[in-house]
Amino acid sequence: MKEPKQEQWAIETTGLKKYFGNNRAVDGVELKVKKGTIYGVLGPNGAGKTTTIRMLTTLLKPDGGSAKVLGYDIIDDAHQVRQRISLTGQFASLDEDLSGMENMVMIGRLFGFSRRDAKKRAEELLTAFDLFDAAKRQVKNYSGGMRRRLDIAASIIVSPELLFLDEPTTGLDPRSRNQVWDIIRLLVKAGTTVLLTTQYLDEADQLADRIAVIDHGKVIAEGTSGELKASIGTGKLHVRVLDPEMRGQAAEVLEQTIQTEVQLGTDPLVLTAQVSDTTLVSKALLAFEDANIPITDFSLGQPSLDEVFLTLTGRPTDDQATEEVAK
Amino acid sequence: MSNLTQSSAIEKALSNQVRPKKASPLSACLTFSGRMLLKIKYVPEQLFDITAFPVIYLLMFTYLFGGAIAGSTAAYLQFVLPGILVLTVVMITMYTGIELNNDIKKGIFDRFRTLPIWNPAVLVGALLVDLVRYLIASTIMLVLGYTLGFRADGGFSGLVLGIAILLLFAFSVSWIWTTLSMIMRSEKSLLGVSMMILFPTTFVSNVFVAPETMPSWLEAFVEVNPITLLVRAVRGFMEGAPDYQAVMWVCLISLGLIIIFGPLTMYLYKRK
Ligand SMILES: Nc1ncnc2c1ncn2[C@@H]1O[C@H](COP(=O)(O)OP(=O)(O)O)[C@@H](O)[C@H]1O
Ligand SMILES: [Mg+2]
Repeated sequence: MKEPKQEQWAIETTGLKKYFGNNRAVDGVELKVKKGTIYGVLGPNGAGKTTTIRMLTTLLKPDGGSAKVLGYDIIDDAHQVRQRISLTGQFASLDEDLSGMENMVMIGRLFGFSRRDAKKRAEELLTAFDLFDAAKRQVKNYSGGMRRRLDIAASIIVSPELLFLDEPTTGLDPRSRNQVWDIIRLLVKAGTTVLLTTQYLDEADQLADRIAVIDHGKVIAEGTSGELKASIGTGKLHVRVLDPEMRGQAAEVLEQTIQTEVQLGTDPLVLTAQVSDTTLVSKALLAFEDANIPITDFSLGQPSLDEVFLTLTGRPTDDQATEEVAK
Repeated sequence: MSNLTQSSAIEKALSNQVRPKKASPLSACLTFSGRMLLKIKYVPEQLFDITAFPVIYLLMFTYLFGGAIAGSTAAYLQFVLPGILVLTVVMITMYTGIELNNDIKKGIFDRFRTLPIWNPAVLVGALLVDLVRYLIASTIMLVLGYTLGFRADGGFSGLVLGIAILLLFAFSVSWIWTTLSMIMRSEKSLLGVSMMILFPTTFVSNVFVAPETMPSWLEAFVEVNPITLLVRAVRGFMEGAPDYQAVMWVCLISLGLIIIFGPLTMYLYKRK
């Protein structure tokens, strides 16, 4: 038996690979996840998120590279890993034919609870997750949000040290999504490390302490959401003039100082511009003063994660692409 | 959950960090058996095969072949019932594989696989419930047989021993289907292969006629067919003249099947 290790890393992977035939689903993923944090893996459909999670949860053997989960090797110490982690898969890991209560009691029993304790724990969690009234209904009759909550509840019957959540809010309505977010925040507060995957940029922004952006099986950027935005180096300058008559003149002044194209907003008072060099921004403010153009708002916003993704991959996220087609 | 009571309920539930002792293999098996029983509770129609097959097979074969083969249906029933019992139960085992093939594609298996449990429990638990299904099928056939005039000279203990050895064999043979269900992608191909194995082995045996009446090349095959040995063992117990040699062979074959196909199933299950 190996000594339990005190490590600061909940997950450490080096060159993790998985190929399906010629398809390099995961192609050398490097991840380091600190204990006690929420780590977001952000990527479009087919990026390799699920495949990565399946390897880290011992469901799939890697074709190359290695990974340690809570200090244990995912191949050599798979059993140790399984004792400490929990997975909420992309598609509900529940028995559709059974009721919510029966699912919870079954999983509790498999964790080693006695029948009575399993039932008590199930009741406690179902109540906390607002599912007690539906406890006797078959899961196949649950809504998407209820299924997700039950799935997460089942994953924490025995509190895991590390919880994997594969696209926990995909397909949920905003209310259910917020509920799931609240649950995730509470989990981390209670000391669980969470790795979640998402296609939603704002979800990663809202929840994750650090984010890895993956595309075509590779990590293409990593950092806090602030770092990612800063590394892109651009932001959107937002100017609001006092007098709509003066907007044309203001646009000219701005264009001259920051040397990029200025967009006129639909609001007759608003001007926006994408800036690459932030030192020019302060000059713009002086230029407005010199030209006697009164300004009511002058702000430099950070780029959204959508913009980050566009810059990193040279193409919009699939979500955006399909939205644009739909328009 | 935006309200405070909900949050504190979750926090309280999360603070409960009880870590029970690992479930024993037996309790894991029984939990999985419980899962299968619950499924029967929700979909009782799945008991249709085990009620319909015994009745149809027994009536069909007794009245179809009875006059021609044994001269009278009463005499034929006495001979053929143990054989049809074997045929029916072995045929029903095929559904084990099909059900597993469907089941294993579901998301819940991802959870089972990441639980720290004795892995084979998932399958052993399901197979234990199948034994109950086989037992029900056997009982239905024997009750119908008795009303049609069948009498076991081996008495009640002969019946019990006959069914016991049949269940042992059925349990062992099920591991072939579980192995196949891990390899075959679709239910259709699985059904095709299972049929291809089952039809010749159950029909080219001593279920319907005594092997002595067959051409010698066929008799040679029939004599080594495990189904023949099983029918001999069951018939022996029920007729009150146990064929211990056949019983021993059936036990050995059953053991062999479990030793080969049990680990093979688990190997494929882990890799899937
Ligand atoms: N079992 C599998 N067999 C073959 N290809 C697969 C399998 N699982 C995933 N893939 C492929 O691997 C790639 C990554 O998939 P996945 O990890 O599911 O991406 P994501 O979860 O980010 O949407 C995709 O191109 C997908 O088609
Ligand atoms: Mg996925």
